[in-house]
Amino acid sequence: MSTLLEVSGVSVSFDGFRAINNLSFRIADAEMRAVIGPNGAGKTTFMDIVTGKTKPDEGRVLWGEKSVSLLKMSEAKIAQAGVGRKFQKPTVFEDQSVQENLLMALKKPRGWFPVLSYRPSEEDLAKVATLADDIGLGDALLRKSGELSHGQKQWLEIGILLAQEPRLLLVDEPAAGMTPEEREKTTDILVEAAKTRAVVVVEHDMEFVRRLNCKVTVLHEGSVLAEGSLDHVTSNQNVIDVYLGR
Amino acid sequence: MNRSFVARNPSVLIFLALLALFTLGVTVLSEGFGVGMISTSFVKTLGKTLCLCLVAVAMDLIWGFAGILSLGHFAFFGLGGYMIGMWLMYERTRLIVVDALAQGSMPPTPQEVVDGIGNQIFGVVGSSEFPLVWAFADSLVLQLALVVAVPGLLALVFGWLAFRSRVTGVYLSILTQAMTLALALYLFQNDSGLRGNNGLSGLQNLPNVTASQDVVSMWFFWGSALALGSGYLLAAWVVSGKFGSVIRGIRDNEARVRFLGYSVEAYKLALFTLTACIAGIAGALYYPQAGIINPAEIAPIASIYLAVWVAIGGRGRLYGAVIGAAVVSLLSTWFTGGQAPDIPLGFYTVKWVDWWLVLLGLSFVGVTLFAPQGIGGLVDLISDRLRPDRHGADLGPDQGSLREKEAHK
Amino acid sequence: MIRVIAATLALLLTSFSVSAQDTTGAIQQVLQEHSAAILKSSRMTIGPAIDAVADSGLEQAQAVLQAWSDKNMWVREADGLFFRATEAEGGYSLTDFDTGEVVGVFDKDALDQIKPNSGIRALIGTALVQFQLKDPDPLRRQEALTSISRAPDPALLKPLRNSIEMETDPTLRAQKLRQERLLTIGYDADSDARVQAMADMSGDLSVDVRAALNPLVATRRAVVQGDVPEGTNVARILTPGSDALPRVEAYDMLVAADLAQPRVTNAAMRAALEANIADGRVGGVSVQQLGSDAVRRAAYIALADAGTVPPFISEETVQETLDGFTFYDAYADPSRQITDAANDALNAIKLKVGLNQAADLTLDALSLASIYFLAAIGLAITFGVMGVINMAHGEFIMMGAYTGYVVQQIVPNHTLSIIVAIPLAFAVTFAAGVAMERLVIRWLYNRPLETLLATFGISIALQQLAKNIFGTQARPLTAPAWLDGALTLNDVVSISYIRIAIFFLALFFLAVFLFIMKRTRLGLETRAVTQNPRMAASMGINPGRVNMLTFGLGSGIAGVAGVAIGLFAKVTSEMGSDYIVQSFMTVVVGGVGNIWGTLAGATMIGFLQKGIEWGNPSNTLAAQTYMIIFIIIFIQFRPRGIIALKGRAAGD
Repeated sequence: MSTLLEVSGVSVSFDGFRAINNLSFRIADAEMRAVIGPNGAGKTTFMDIVTGKTKPDEGRVLWGEKSVSLLKMSEAKIAQAGVGRKFQKPTVFEDQSVQENLLMALKKPRGWFPVLSYRPSEEDLAKVATLADDIGLGDALLRKSGELSHGQKQWLEIGILLAQEPRLLLVDEPAAGMTPEEREKTTDILVEAAKTRAVVVVEHDMEFVRRLNCKVTVLHEGSVLAEGSLDHVTSNQNVIDVYLGR
Repeated sequence: MNRSFVARNPSVLIFLALLALFTLGVTVLSEGFGVGMISTSFVKTLGKTLCLCLVAVAMDLIWGFAGILSLGHFAFFGLGGYMIGMWLMYERTRLIVVDALAQGSMPPTPQEVVDGIGNQIFGVVGSSEFPLVWAFADSLVLQLALVVAVPGLLALVFGWLAFRSRVTGVYLSILTQAMTLALALYLFQNDSGLRGNNGLSGLQNLPNVTASQDVVSMWFFWGSALALGSGYLLAAWVVSGKFGSVIRGIRDNEARVRFLGYSVEAYKLALFTLTACIAGIAGALYYPQAGIINPAEIAPIASIYLAVWVAIGGRGRLYGAVIGAAVVSLLSTWFTGGQAPDIPLGFYTVKWVDWWLVLLGLSFVGVTLFAPQGIGGLVDLISDRLRPDRHGADLGPDQGSLREKEAHK
Repeated sequence: MIRVIAATLALLLTSFSVSAQDTTGAIQQVLQEHSAAILKSSRMTIGPAIDAVADSGLEQAQAVLQAWSDKNMWVREADGLFFRATEAEGGYSLTDFDTGEVVGVFDKDALDQIKPNSGIRALIGTALVQFQLKDPDPLRRQEALTSISRAPDPALLKPLRNSIEMETDPTLRAQKLRQERLLTIGYDADSDARVQAMADMSGDLSVDVRAALNPLVATRRAVVQGDVPEGTNVARILTPGSDALPRVEAYDMLVAADLAQPRVTNAAMRAALEANIADGRVGGVSVQQLGSDAVRRAAYIALADAGTVPPFISEETVQETLDGFTFYDAYADPSRQITDAANDALNAIKLKVGLNQAADLTLDALSLASIYFLAAIGLAITFGVMGVINMAHGEFIMMGAYTGYVVQQIVPNHTLSIIVAIPLAFAVTFAAGVAMERLVIRWLYNRPLETLLATFGISIALQQLAKNIFGTQARPLTAPAWLDGALTLNDVVSISYIRIAIFFLALFFLAVFLFIMKRTRLGLETRAVTQNPRMAASMGINPGRVNMLTFGLGSGIAGVAGVAIGLFAKVTSEMGSDYIVQSFMTVVVGGVGNIWGTLAGATMIGFLQKGIEWGNPSNTLAAQTYMIIFIIIFIQFRPRGIIALKGRAAGD
């Protein structure tokens, strides 16, 4: 499998505090990866760097077969290149219906001029309806997304990501605040998604990670502490030290 | 979702019907074309109000829908007025000068005509040379193009600078206010080429038109109504589709829109420029009815009043902006015009000329605190258009995004 | 009988005068020698008479000149003798100049007053100076020096030099030496001495040095056919058509000197054509065709050929004429040595003046910066620390200023009233701030745009309220007398005491701010609440109370700033809006949430504004425009201000 994203030797510091320290990370096409680590390990900052929100002080971030550097690109360009991101808090456009949310995310020209004259075709609407069914919101298409439950919003946000048809999905704590049933559903959606694209899940909850059944990267103090299967890393002495305290 | 535009936006049809009815009513009652129950000066006031409604629609687009509280749109409005004013003043002065020179013993040379016009127009600022900005003043077509081009270009340049550096929220508001202030101060100078604080005057007289003001005022009234109707239609069309979704998304959560792959800056810039152009057109229709334009019109306070109108009318809905602009500006005319009855309190008599602004300021605070939906919110009581109740959930990371208070129905 | 007495009296008088003439004193003799000139009292001829008195070397000379100048010198008609006269009962009492004895009282008819005109009095004054310069009274000597500096005169050079020797007062001696140098520059006969004096004084900043040097390098514009005449001290040769001498101006010079035919202006051409219209035609052209310059010129040339009007001067003619002449600026002083030395000295002074002007500008900018800082420091608290946009901040400044005004109406003593006004203004605006926070802002936390609009509503209302109470005209807020005047370092650098006071007030408030934020419980709680209100609340801090107090503090400081600003600006209901945009700019440019940023912002804006005003002194409106444009562009490069918070604390 070819490498989709390669992060190497990246460091960034805020006011002297090194949030990311010589971090290297790579992920291939159609791979699921869980990133775990204690608070302040740099998980969110890592996502910020990949999505272009934060510019690193040093290091490289290369993307795709042609190894394009993402560092020079704007957030919007990176998103268009195929990186989708889900925030920690569910962020959907609450004032708009589920359908409008999904339509906005559909992979279509993003420039303002084509968008101005864009009117959804039957095909687009059908695609949106299918997507809504996948995320369990088929009945809620015309509801305002602000009326949805917390878990439904999380799914809608994942749905928005899927509608973008990204090649890499960055998902920040998707299961936070969900009921066990909702978690199960979320796992299914993510596992399904990982069949066709790379998915990086940042998560605290070990049970959830175990269900994802994938390679795990442990971050600590801004760099990779261990990598491998969940069983492998949880038996690693360093990881135990970090998680349980010395 | 796939129903026709009008069917999806019944308010547009209602609005256009009401506007047509109103225009017809005023025409029938006017002095120029009807029974004369409405005085010409009041027709002008109504016509000006329509222009203010149009600029309020532009303001609502940029603020109510995209969440950018621009305190510069009245500057664009004023620039539009200046652009048309230059042609009106030049052409009218030219006719007068040509007439005067024709009385002489020999036909005037072109240079004599230009000098004569220059003397007439710039005498008040102690000059007679034509500044560069008047280069196109002799052509109605070019000057009409400038009505749109100048505010549009200013908005484009300013917006590009501001949005590119990700200035958002109140910072952007303050920056736009600074831009407005800079423009007003610049125009106040005599050597700005636009007659300093004298401004441009006599704009109510159309060159080569012999019709009385009774008739001309109706022309402008119709023009303003037409412009408002088209502007409203355009605005409704723009916000109805995916573009509307995106800009409302920008208002509510800019970062999310950006991570969806939309270039937020380009959208903001496009909308900012479009609304500036609309504001310019509104100004170009307003000032010939007002008769005079000077830099004081552009002062930052005017743009803030514009925000006040939209807020009182109810932002995020186009008819709200129209209602707000019409109600507040007409009330303002009524109160400051001395028509409102004084209130004797025994120890003190409340004169509305003095106290209207106090009332406006306080009612504005009241609206912000207690009725963020504005007057337009009353419509919700009928149409049951309720906002989602978020049960105290946090609404995303952005400063400009909707907050619990306003989300609450 | 009466006639007899009169005759006797006349006889007596005559004999007395004769006897007096025998005993005429030395000074009277001098006066008598020039009697004719003195009586004639003409500026043209009086010179020798004054000189004779002044140079007589007699101790009475000064008194005579003084009396003469004061119109107290009278001549007795009977014998033509001069006396000092004072009005007395029954006429005038005469005093002999030489002896100082009173000669007697005479009827006015027997006397004539010598009335020197102002020109003569000036000459006498000059002559008197040499006496005054040696006067025992230092005050008189000082007066004399002042009069010299006011009206320098070649004749004063010698007496001034002579008086330096005897001068004992070191200050006066220094002044005399300096004055001597200046007079030498202007009037010494010896060129080398003048050049030396110029070299001595070059680099002196005083205006009088430049006043002495400037006439030496004054030029006169002249034109000559062919080459410049020998012996002319030419400053520069001018080319017609250059910036210094436009062609039109050059040609007009020739016309004025009768060296060329006047050009026919468009207006003159039109008038000439008008005057010669006959049967609807002029110069062979129909009047209807005269609508273009070319046709008019053709018609005019036709008229000129016929000799009816002066000839038409074409551009080619103008150029040819100009080619035949040399235009130049010439120094009035014929000596190259002198003018070169003067230019050198002036250049040296100019450089030094430039440096000092830069220093002066720096002081100005510093004081403007402290005003901006003062106006913005309240905002640095409410906006910078709390994140609350208060558009009524300017109105708090106004409220503070009006509080000062009201206090001055009650307490007439200006010093005392300012001392009372400052805490009172703080109290008033603190209360207003707390009320506003409780009633409005509390409900709008986290909704900055709403806060902006609501506080703007308050701003509109407060402004109108102030207008209703105090009227639209500006109210004075007078500074105490000890703040009047300015600290003057030299003729270029000076700064008013009030600005110094404001500078220190700004420093004081910076210290107060730092103290409150870093050293007090309130500061700690404020920082805690702004960073994480929920966490702060869970630690027992009452966020509502802290917000209220902090907002009150920011508003209170705005009120005090209002008193300070009111001292040098007019107190009007609109004064707040003059500062609000600048204040926000100061905070934003400096970097929100950091008092040092506000300081840096104020400094930058202050210096920038002064710099732009210096570059374009005639137009302060343009300066403000350019400054705002600069700030807009500046924010492009540092969107978070000069001193930016980085990372997560910045609340991305």
